[in-house]
Amino acid sequence: MDNNKVSNRKRIYAKEEVCIGCRLCEVHCVVAHSQYKNDIVKAYKKSPQRPLSRILVEETRPVSFGLQCRHCDDPKCVKACITGAMQQDPDTGIVTNDESRCIGCWTCILACPYGVIKRDFKGRKVASKCDFCIDLGGSPACVKNCPNEALYVDEVRVLNNEESKEKGGTAK
Amino acid sequence: MSYVIIGNSTAAVGAIEGIRKYDSSTPVTVVSDEPYHTYSRPLISYYLGGKVTKENMIYRPLDFYQRNNIRTMLGIKAMSVDYSNKTVLLENGEKLGYSKLLLATGGKPFIPPMGGLDKKNIFNFIKMDDVKAIEKVAVRGSKAVVIGASFSGLKAVEALVKRNVSVTVIDIMSRIMPRVLDDTAAAIAAKTLKDHDVKVLLNNTVETILGEDTAAGVLLKDGTKIDCDFIILAIGVRCNTDLVKDSGIKINRGIVVDEKMQTSIPDVYAAGDVAEGYNFIEEKMMEIAIIPNAYYQGETAGANMTGGNKTFNDGFIMNSMPLLDLPIISAGISEDREGIEVISKFEPEKDTYKKFYISDNRLVGYLLINEVDRAGIYTDMIRNQSDITALKTSLGAEGFGFINFPKDMRKEKMQKGGAA
Repeated sequence: MDNNKVSNRKRIYAKEEVCIGCRLCEVHCVVAHSQYKNDIVKAYKKSPQRPLSRILVEETRPVSFGLQCRHCDDPKCVKACITGAMQQDPDTGIVTNDESRCIGCWTCILACPYGVIKRDFKGRKVASKCDFCIDLGGSPACVKNCPNEALYVDEVRVLNNEESKEKGGTAK
Repeated sequence: MSYVIIGNSTAAVGAIEGIRKYDSSTPVTVVSDEPYHTYSRPLISYYLGGKVTKENMIYRPLDFYQRNNIRTMLGIKAMSVDYSNKTVLLENGEKLGYSKLLLATGGKPFIPPMGGLDKKNIFNFIKMDDVKAIEKVAVRGSKAVVIGASFSGLKAVEALVKRNVSVTVIDIMSRIMPRVLDDTAAAIAAKTLKDHDVKVLLNNTVETILGEDTAAGVLLKDGTKIDCDFIILAIGVRCNTDLVKDSGIKINRGIVVDEKMQTSIPDVYAAGDVAEGYNFIEEKMMEIAIIPNAYYQGETAGANMTGGNKTFNDGFIMNSMPLLDLPIISAGISEDREGIEVISKFEPEKDTYKKFYISDNRLVGYLLINEVDRAGIYTDMIRNQSDITALKTSLGAEGFGFINFPKDMRKEKMQKGGAA
């Protein structure tokens, strides 16, 4: 039995009060998921298929905010996924979609309470979502490049896979 | 102590993951009459249509059983269960003892009486072996009749279209997908089928399957004869309770379970398509034969088999189905009823249709055709039964999202983010 397992789960949150709606988060998300992860110009100019941004910005002036996958403790998308492509890392809690196994049935879009999974038609029609920039060592490009610190990473303690009330804040 | 799971699909996988979250050591045995590594049943249509390979049918990675320390007995049918001695009799004569048993035997095809069912080239459309047989006859230029224009029948149609098979689909009802679509939505979907040269015959049934040893056509109720090379039966699915049907366990349409997935027999659980479940929108026990429900029921059963106290009582119907690239998503109720307010938006020039069912200022169902993005926000409204008075006018608006929520509702939602 490992009922006392405690782990830290990271989440990206937005502060709508300081979001300026510049959409740099989208730009840097595109770069981070392109083949030119460190070169914004090449990412936009040279990518044969410029990736979709996995963060979306909602905006009705004067309000705006970025929104991306919450990497839920009870990820509805993972449990609804009909292929098993959508999976959660048991240690980090990060939810990723194995696009090679995704068939674009959109059941995850039906299930996601935050509406943050996109339909990506650029390749072979798959679901596209935030992967917490695990390729960049888990430091999300949207957070790093937000000019007004409207996006931040918070750490939430999870006890036995059920969220505890306790928060170990690392708010930026 | 030992756990036995009969079945190897979604509910069984949910149960394995539910068990191993709390108990990493007690032996678990999975028994299935199918000889395959756990695979995704709904992917059979994508396999037949050439979108996924057999290797990509797996529902969990190949090391899944090993990583979870599971003993598998695949390709071996369970014949009966002896509840007093707590054993399962297998077809090879072996008796498998259990401390806790999960029945996850899924669904089986429902086939109404019609003549000529004993001929060759008549197939069901549920399992891997069904499509392995179908792919041999579904060659370019062949002719197929699909009986049943609901979810699985239309996925069969889609796969056959992709194989360049000429398809006629027949349904007894007056529109396709009658339980999910209304007339407006069904007309949009029918147009998609027509664009792909699929013939749709409604208000009709098959009286007799024609041909000598092999199916060669069908004779319909109205006297029409249609030639074909093979037939797919996709009329419906029933709970596969065969294993336990005369065993004294309580069965209604499916095996009756409580919110912990316990059946009427001590230490016996049931989950997935074989079981009923509480549909909290309909406020009654019924079959909820969809993947998310099967997973949650399995996971709940698994956790409780280890002595946990997990409940699952907020299931409801939800489906996402791209039909030949026409996305269709629906959840909750999907028919006009007395006392249910309907808000709908139909844009014929774009073939988009959105319909919302509201009861007492709470969302109880919706249907989206073509513009399906962010559908899960609506699903969540059904799940939470929150008061949506403030959102009524923006339901279905282009770009609908949290921006349309009143600030306090939005902040709570977004700040809470992710908590189960």
